[in-house]
Amino acid sequence: MSPLDNTYEKQFKVIGTRPPRPDGIEKVTGKAQYGADLYVPDMLYAKILRSPHPHAKIISIDTSEAEKLDGVKAVITSKDFSKFSENKPSDTLVNCIAHEKALYDGHCVAAVAALSNTIAKSALKLINVEYEILPHVTDVDEAMKTDSPIVNKGYVLENVPKGFSENVTSYYEFGHGDLDNGFNNADLIVERTFKTEAAHQGYIEPHACLASMTPDGKADLWCCTQGHYNVRALCADIMGMESSQLRVTPSEIGGGFGGKTTIFIEPIALALSLKSGKPVKLVMTRDEVFKATGPTVSSSMDVKIGMTKDGIITAGEAHLRYQGGAFPNGTVEMGAQSAFAAYDLKAVRTKGWNVLTNRPKQAAYRAPGAPQAIYAVESVVDELCQKLNLDPLEIRIKNAAKKGTKSSYGPTFDDIGLIATLEAAQKHPHYLAPLAENQGRGLSCGFWFNFGGDTCVTLNVNFDGTIGVTEGNPDIGGSRASISQMAAEELGISYDKVRTIIADTNSLGHNEVTDGSRVTFAVGLATIKAARAAIKEMCKRASLIWGIDEDAVRWENGSAIPAGPNAGQFDPMSIEEIAALSSQTGGPIAGHHEVNAEGAGVSFGVHLADVEVDKETGSTKVIRYTVFQDAGKAIHPSYVEGQMQGGAVQGIGWALNEEYIYGKDGRLQNAGFLDYRIPVASDLPMIEPVILEIPNPGHPYGVRGVGETSIVPPLAAINNAVSRATNIRFSELPLSPPKVLSSLKKELKDG
Amino acid sequence: MVKVRIWGSLQKATDNKEFVEVEAQNFKQLLDNLSLKYPKLKPQITRGVSVAIDGMIYRNSWFTPIKPENEVVLMPYMVGG
Repeated sequence: MSPLDNTYEKQFKVIGTRPPRPDGIEKVTGKAQYGADLYVPDMLYAKILRSPHPHAKIISIDTSEAEKLDGVKAVITSKDFSKFSENKPSDTLVNCIAHEKALYDGHCVAAVAALSNTIAKSALKLINVEYEILPHVTDVDEAMKTDSPIVNKGYVLENVPKGFSENVTSYYEFGHGDLDNGFNNADLIVERTFKTEAAHQGYIEPHACLASMTPDGKADLWCCTQGHYNVRALCADIMGMESSQLRVTPSEIGGGFGGKTTIFIEPIALALSLKSGKPVKLVMTRDEVFKATGPTVSSSMDVKIGMTKDGIITAGEAHLRYQGGAFPNGTVEMGAQSAFAAYDLKAVRTKGWNVLTNRPKQAAYRAPGAPQAIYAVESVVDELCQKLNLDPLEIRIKNAAKKGTKSSYGPTFDDIGLIATLEAAQKHPHYLAPLAENQGRGLSCGFWFNFGGDTCVTLNVNFDGTIGVTEGNPDIGGSRASISQMAAEELGISYDKVRTIIADTNSLGHNEVTDGSRVTFAVGLATIKAARAAIKEMCKRASLIWGIDEDAVRWENGSAIPAGPNAGQFDPMSIEEIAALSSQTGGPIAGHHEVNAEGAGVSFGVHLADVEVDKETGSTKVIRYTVFQDAGKAIHPSYVEGQMQGGAVQGIGWALNEEYIYGKDGRLQNAGFLDYRIPVASDLPMIEPVILEIPNPGHPYGVRGVGETSIVPPLAAINNAVSRATNIRFSELPLSPPKVLSSLKKELKDG
Repeated sequence: MVKVRIWGSLQKATDNKEFVEVEAQNFKQLLDNLSLKYPKLKPQITRGVSVAIDGMIYRNSWFTPIKPENEVVLMPYMVGG
């Protein structure tokens, strides 16, 4: 046995089955309580006044007329927060409410709490803000130039080379080997510049919260979030509170995908509640979600790759420029590390610059930074294969990273599942299926790191032998089911005997945000350990009843049994029997585990996309799509498939239609789902998921995270498919119909 | 002594050395001693780094053991969504 007591080679009884989702009935009947569904007596309604300018100095804010309006109970500006802390306001707070400058179109400048939404809206019109409009910049390449308007001063790290504007805040470089030598050994070199636009996570539920704060400094906050412990930490810091005095309870969550890993409105509601003395509810409109939450970065990238005639990649180089809005972000380094992760390269170099612009601060979105970089690299690899008349899948297998490969980001890979995933794609009927006229097939690899983090689980054995699991991570991808399954598997009982809930911040120790594809891995690991602790205690109780040593009892199929013939002859004691006697044998039985979980394994995926391009309209239709991904171990395969399908759909949307469109005035032109087009079911074929299971040695059951990798390959898979269908190499996303049509017309004109 | 690989742009802080050696038996000692020996590394270490030990990436577990034969690579602090 390994130090982790891994059991992933055993026959599972519950793991790998597909029980009905525990939140299903509430969600389909409308009973699930989302962020906006909570109502409490005497509650006020809040609205936010937002800047109409992308960049403007705030000369003054006059709230006096708004305060006089009948029904208005509180109005706040940034000045209301200065009383909570003498420290320089954090970036998080300044993003929630503008201080000296409005930094992007939609930046909050003031807020009102009133008896109704209507009154609050009316009050916003009575707030008079005097602005001094400043020059703005929303394009990453423009923002890097030395003559660019400076968005936000004082953020340049010591690692930024000279020659850029102050908007370039950080710089990263990774790689190894002799690039010049590598390119000299290539028979063909392709070098291209790519651009991607910012995309929004597109979660269906807008941000919403309800805050109730008392004059003595205690507060309750209900909100939709991916991490209520992080909400508590950020809000307590902003409000000058001790953590114990702020209890945060997460609602059911209608999607997050990384966009709900931070805060936008919660401090506003808390401050309004404190000022008004009433509970305050604040719900964003869709327009506000687009303008003032956190979309992805947009990017501008140069990629150069050399290949021999027989398909060996001799060198790869990428320069990545990511803008992440008006505050520093840490995204380009993730892209720069991921860009060439799928390849075993002797010479590779990636460089990345993080850049400020007058846009909302970017937030995480599934595998942040990786989809853009890998889109550019995988597009060039495909172009090389096409120009050299090589099979793109065979070439990826030929160059694939494997155990012993020095990765492009530094460490040497241990067991990874990339080649197995590529071979699964190669053997799948999709790969050799015939294509018709105007159709093309695209392929892309994807990669993500995954991680663990701080995690707490308590597992209570109820008196009737059923199990209550308490965890601290909002369920955005089916974790309540998978956690219940892992508890049931370990305890040797059926799935329906376990119910898992997500507790508030006072019920458990700190839990990291639901991100990094960490929950099934880390919370699962803690659940297994908590179950093992409860089993140990139940064996002890049986030993007391039987009058034998604790070590002479073991656990099997949901019962305590004598460990061997020398332990004595006793009938097995079931979990129900032990639980029923627990009061008499020492008290209630529970197991718990608290850990900073490490050991999350990296994950690879391969996507195949078939598209058909309408050459009269430039419209692209996805006609077949297959996802291959290494899940380590699929605890609940339906949820794993759902993650793989969902990531693919979001990536397809990013590739074909989704983009933040800014006008010359620096204002967002398409802040709504009508103009920001996400794919809907009727746009897509059934996405076929193919799960591979190459166990992660860092988890007792072999789990790897699956939530993020699946959004990485679609951008290039679609780009390559469209490029092959049209015989035009595209290098800007999204491939919206006007863009494709324009290129088709140009091709026709140029002959 | 533990041999540590430093990523490209961070090598300015280690006199352009890709590999440096420090005494360390765990994650915390590694970072502490890197900061002492190469003070220009300290701002990045304070902002956050991950450490890959034989290919497994650790974010902040101070007492993760490190042995001289381990492959140790300094990486930026991992973030996700």
